[in-house]
Amino acid sequence: MSIAGINKSGPFAHASNSVQKTMFTVLLALVPATAFNLYLFGWPAILLFTVTIGACVAIEAGCLSLAGKPIKATLADCSAILTGWLLAMSLPPWAPWWLAVVGAVFAIAMAKHSFGGLGQNVFNPAMVGRTVLLISFPVTMTTWIVPHPLFSPGAPGLFEAFSITFGGHMPDAVSAASALGHIKTELSRGIPVTESIAHVPDLMDMALGYRAGSLGETSAILILAGGLFLMAKRIITWHIPLTVIGGLFLMAAIFHAIDPARFASGTFHVFSGATFLGAFFIATDYVTSPVTMKGKIIFGLGCGILIWLIRTFAGYPEGVAFAVLLMNSLAPIIDQYTRPRAFGRTSKGEPLPLDKDKS
Amino acid sequence: MKLFPIRGGIHPDYRKEQTSEKAIVDLPMPSTLYIPLQQHIGAPAEVLVSEGDLVKKGQMIARNQGAVSASQHAPTSGRIRTVTEVTAPHPSGLPQSTIVLESDGKDEWAELLAPIADPFAADMHTINDRVAQSGIVGMGGAAFPSAIKLNLGEQKKLDTLLLNGAECEPYLTCDDRVMREFPEEIIDGARIMAHALGTARIVIGIEQNKPQAIENMTKAASAFAEIEVVGVPVQYPMGSERHLVQAITGLETPARKLTADLGIVVHNVSTARAVHHAVRFGRPLVSRVVTVSGNAIREPKNIMTPIGARIADLIEFCGGFASRPESVVNGGPMMGQPLASLEAPVVKGTSGILALTAEEINDNPTTPCIRCSSCVTICPCGLSPVDMAAHIRKDKLELAAKLGVMDCFSCGSCSFICPSHIPLVHYFNYAKGVLNDLERERNKNERVKTLAEARNIRLEKAAEAKRAALAARKTPSATTSAGNENEAKTTATTEEKVNA
Amino acid sequence: MWIAIGSLTTMGLVLGGLLGLAARFLAVQENPLEEELKEMLPGSQCGQCGYVGCSQYAAALAKGEASVTLCTPGGKATIEALAKKLGVTADLSEHEEKGPEHAFIVEDLCIGCTRCIRECSTDAIMGANKLMHTIIVDVCHGCGKCVKVCPTDAILMVPVPVTLRNWHWPKPQIEQTHSEPKVGHAH
Repeated sequence: MSIAGINKSGPFAHASNSVQKTMFTVLLALVPATAFNLYLFGWPAILLFTVTIGACVAIEAGCLSLAGKPIKATLADCSAILTGWLLAMSLPPWAPWWLAVVGAVFAIAMAKHSFGGLGQNVFNPAMVGRTVLLISFPVTMTTWIVPHPLFSPGAPGLFEAFSITFGGHMPDAVSAASALGHIKTELSRGIPVTESIAHVPDLMDMALGYRAGSLGETSAILILAGGLFLMAKRIITWHIPLTVIGGLFLMAAIFHAIDPARFASGTFHVFSGATFLGAFFIATDYVTSPVTMKGKIIFGLGCGILIWLIRTFAGYPEGVAFAVLLMNSLAPIIDQYTRPRAFGRTSKGEPLPLDKDKS
Repeated sequence: MKLFPIRGGIHPDYRKEQTSEKAIVDLPMPSTLYIPLQQHIGAPAEVLVSEGDLVKKGQMIARNQGAVSASQHAPTSGRIRTVTEVTAPHPSGLPQSTIVLESDGKDEWAELLAPIADPFAADMHTINDRVAQSGIVGMGGAAFPSAIKLNLGEQKKLDTLLLNGAECEPYLTCDDRVMREFPEEIIDGARIMAHALGTARIVIGIEQNKPQAIENMTKAASAFAEIEVVGVPVQYPMGSERHLVQAITGLETPARKLTADLGIVVHNVSTARAVHHAVRFGRPLVSRVVTVSGNAIREPKNIMTPIGARIADLIEFCGGFASRPESVVNGGPMMGQPLASLEAPVVKGTSGILALTAEEINDNPTTPCIRCSSCVTICPCGLSPVDMAAHIRKDKLELAAKLGVMDCFSCGSCSFICPSHIPLVHYFNYAKGVLNDLERERNKNERVKTLAEARNIRLEKAAEAKRAALAARKTPSATTSAGNENEAKTTATTEEKVNA
Repeated sequence: MWIAIGSLTTMGLVLGGLLGLAARFLAVQENPLEEELKEMLPGSQCGQCGYVGCSQYAAALAKGEASVTLCTPGGKATIEALAKKLGVTADLSEHEEKGPEHAFIVEDLCIGCTRCIRECSTDAIMGANKLMHTIIVDVCHGCGKCVKVCPTDAILMVPVPVTLRNWHWPKPQIEQTHSEPKVGHAH
């Protein structure tokens, strides 16, 4: 008796993990923070969130069909949903629908598919989308609002939400600056950090989320919980999150000690803006970060330091997106120089020297 | 004893309970046995018998050719039907030269070599010669002629004999059962081998998922102070000799070198048992234990089978297939090879036959690589499968070689863990095959160039001689016609070349 | 504005000039390309590439007149080595990877004329006048010169058989159910 199909070499056993399971677990880790923030910002946020993800999935389907790849099977790996989710988390919660769609086009079509699709992109798609939007529509992208929890008095109902998201009618007098934005503007007006810091929400509020910002910026604690869940599930390791936050904290703390009037403190930097989201969900993106442990540490430190530099000295108050994109461009070369040491060889690749006594 | 961690590795679902509690059973002797001339690394054995010869069990039917070779012995008494090409137990399904033996049902032993009365007083060469004459090869699967390994004591300074009882592959329980049922034989064989090697210390490494085996071996070794039985952590690929050495001693074998260069020689536990039989009873290697398992097998068993039984015979003895297997694998699921045909015979290195269902294999269509780096974390050799596979996919094999693909020993951990189900090990097997081919081609081109140059030189010399002869003809003392001379020279030189 | 244009133009001219001087005076000496290419070829002067001998082919390659895929006996290894040396990409789409071949003499047709013996570039044929000729397979590298000179067409080229020794796994084929892409391929 003969058996057909000897065209596959071993092994004949596989672990039960899959790309779909991994992406799904990441989405699961994002649920607590997202749900809370959608509640905080009400119907317009929910509508924007839906539009962003919907646009990402639709554009992914379109690109796949243009490339001749199987649509259903590829969409099932949830990567477009994840990109849309992260993009939505980085937009202002009451932004108009077209911002989401333009962002989706750049994130999915340009940053992902024009490089070859899943696994081939150099830059983090969600961050590319956000950066393009930020530079092209600076005003719309920095129109933050204070939280208007769902069903609370003053919060827009569903009907009003439609007009905000799709009609472009932003209600008056609802915009507020984010913490980082406030500090930066005050500094440019000559007011030192030590004074302006009094006007931003305190640490607890920033950690919990009752403040102005994008969906992903507000609740640091819930994002942290999601990140720790991912680490427990072995989806990500501690290398990148710890070094991003650590690098940022160290730089901020050192310079704050040197000149408190000019530089905000370490804890302020760590808890404001999208630091936690960036550290746990964005910088850890598999495709665009290095594959070796040493490489991840260098990558994380680079991100942390760049975030601080951009926030402090650059023209934009928030630096996570730019920092991540800059480090993405260095990821391949970091990979090349941080290859692990092969068994039986030195780190240069030569066979290990033998102990002369033995031979 | 202090143990050391090994890098990477996986923890698959072992599924050994299907056969671990099943005592070894003897296969009823099949009517026909197929004994390949090459069941080992090295040159094939030279046939000693011909069609119609009557042989007895244990009689040498093929002799080793040279040092890196092994002999074959008749696994039972009977008549040689023929020596012909039979399908090899190899994924290519290609045939190889095989002796076909028809059993006479009597299973009579030939006159065997005399037992070595006191092996521990015997010379190292006496023992090694006995091992070589008994056709013993590494029974863990590698099938390297054991006598050569035992000779290492002459060339290198050795201090430890390490017996590999790890059996880290899922499903396989043959070594486990042998350790449980014949521990004294293994210990005796180990002590004989240690004497031949000149090592003072014997360590037996057994994975901790075999507590009964550890207990039985420890008891059998208790009388001998130089033997230590160690339970090693359950981690695939703990059975890889370099990794077992690292786990037990903390030493990393340098690339392209042997563990013997560190003073340690590794042998499988079943090989030690075979040495015991050869030295104490003069019995050559004619049978081995094979685990037949997998969900597609009706009654999984550990079978003591004669070498040369068809794989189909073993499966029939196990009740046949319970369902149609997705793959029948020779060896364990991680490093085993798919079988092209069940007509292929069991050879000295066959440790298991697995009939696996699609669910057990759990393979899915391949999706693009997401650079999750699981493969890099898990590679026990510290390589970067993600980068090597990307290069190989784009046919840049030289770049893959620079990244170390020739160091890969195809353990399969990376393919196992890949969430995109990329056939990483298949890429590396392909790359290693092509790189070896290119090396052979380069060597051939070198040779061709040398031969072509030699021919040019010869032709020039002939032309020179012709010119000289022509010049000489101008003088009256002319010699024989130059033409014939040249022709004779041409054919003569060709024959010289052939005989060289 | 004129200052800007002027300064940039001047910089461009100056720096470009410096680069030109560097290219002339700091150039790296290289071995004659032709010699190195000739070393890579099998050297059996079989003529299958269309040039009279290996040195002629090497000369043509060095000048860039010949394609790197012409040497059949050299096989893929030679093509790739030549391509690497010349810094071109070998267009292997036309190259029929016939696999290594060797000559085989059909004994019924052989008349023992020794023409092939004299022609063989590596002395891979055994035989003598009026005696049976045989190919020594280990030495034959498939250049095919013998086939052309045999007066009775007794020589064939046959593929080197795949045995357990030289078999290796083929490249894994990853299928993706593909419909034709709607936009052009960039190959």
